[in-house]
Amino acid sequence: MAERQTVDARGAFCPGPLMELIAALKLASVGDEVEVLSSDKGSVNDIPAWVAKVGHQFVGSTELDGYWSVIVKKAK
Amino acid sequence: MSKTILIVGGGLAGTIVANGLCRQLGAQLRSGAVSITMLGASDTHMYQPGLLYVPFGRMREHEMFREQSRVLDRRIHYYVDPAKHVDAEKKQVSTQSGRTFKYDYLVLATGSRIMPQSIPGMQEAAHWFYDLEGARKLRDALNNFQGGKIVVNINAPHKCPVAPVEFTLMLHEFLEGKGLRDKCEITYTYPIGRLHSLEPVAHWAGPVFEQLGIKSEIFFNTESVDPVAKTITSMEGSVMPFDLLVTIPPHEGAAVISESGLGKGGWVPTNTKTLHREGSDDIFVVGDTTNIPISKAGSTAHFEADVLIDNLASLVQEGRWAREYDGKAFCFIETGFTTGTYVWFNYQTPPTVAPPSQMLHWFKLAYNRLYWLSARGLL
Repeated sequence: MAERQTVDARGAFCPGPLMELIAALKLASVGDEVEVLSSDKGSVNDIPAWVAKVGHQFVGSTELDGYWSVIVKKAK
Repeated sequence: MSKTILIVGGGLAGTIVANGLCRQLGAQLRSGAVSITMLGASDTHMYQPGLLYVPFGRMREHEMFREQSRVLDRRIHYYVDPAKHVDAEKKQVSTQSGRTFKYDYLVLATGSRIMPQSIPGMQEAAHWFYDLEGARKLRDALNNFQGGKIVVNINAPHKCPVAPVEFTLMLHEFLEGKGLRDKCEITYTYPIGRLHSLEPVAHWAGPVFEQLGIKSEIFFNTESVDPVAKTITSMEGSVMPFDLLVTIPPHEGAAVISESGLGKGGWVPTNTKTLHREGSDDIFVVGDTTNIPISKAGSTAHFEADVLIDNLASLVQEGRWAREYDGKAFCFIETGFTTGTYVWFNYQTPPTVAPPSQMLHWFKLAYNRLYWLSARGLL
């Protein structure tokens, strides 16, 4: 059964939201979703751009109270 | 009634916690009100940052090791008997030899490990310096290398995030010293859209790499390595030939963590300030074992350990909390064989890179020896 995992990378200077996402996707199963919470607005562009390059699925992003939620589904 | 503190893991984090607790809980240890037990995997303690120097012949292996029994305070009950299963409900840990240890407070310091076997072809074709055997093989490969394409390939997640940059800059100087730099092409690959996860380090490294003729490819996450064709392929679709592949393999936490159901990949969900395992008030997590989104580095483990020592000692002695971890990390960065710099940051303070200098390089070399005071809880 597909799961959703949340990675709270808010305020993370290192390794940062995209690196955390890559690490989380390696441990996820195909069909699982990973939600990244990021205080870096750049993640809203960086993450979908990388996801498109490697063939995962960008589910969506939402601006919340001073941070962003970006959701990705592992597609392969 | 006596309280038992059980520390699982005998690396840097666990050792600092154990020795630091002995310094603060002397009266309780004397009276028998507290006992400290550690479960480790080896009777020797390795200074892991020393591995960076081994491929270049700049650190002798014996300098990196001490007997764990001489590093640990004599009041610690140390067993070379790695944990096999942690039962958080029953508050006990069973070991590979079949022993069972009960605890009142548990410290998980099981660390991380490299997983080159998780990428097809990597184990067969790549070199690395993140363990002693790999560092020795890389030293031999570099000594025999006569020129060609060298790829320095970084994978996520990995510990000691500045080591790949340090290695690349030292490699450049090493090849120059051997008169081979003109015959070599160095390409550095990185998983995200810049040269380092720390933005200021990435901004600093860009022009330095350019000046030294070091090529780079960003958004490169290794999918496979072909040991016969000597090519490395990324998930992003890039294929790169190599004569020598130096990789920072992806890491995972300890198997005992995932097999005990404490965290996927061996990383334990951990409160970023109190260092409690999420959902437990008697289990603490320190060092690489946490899932806190900060650098997995020796300094992180050290600063976390300092906080944990104060909190555990305060809980035992006064039943109160002492302080919270602020996310502090400090990393020396070797910028070659003669200069160095550093970067520090915490949850609130963004990192900055200090101008490289000879003095900072010497300070790093000094710390390579001062480490043994840190491990003993003195520095």
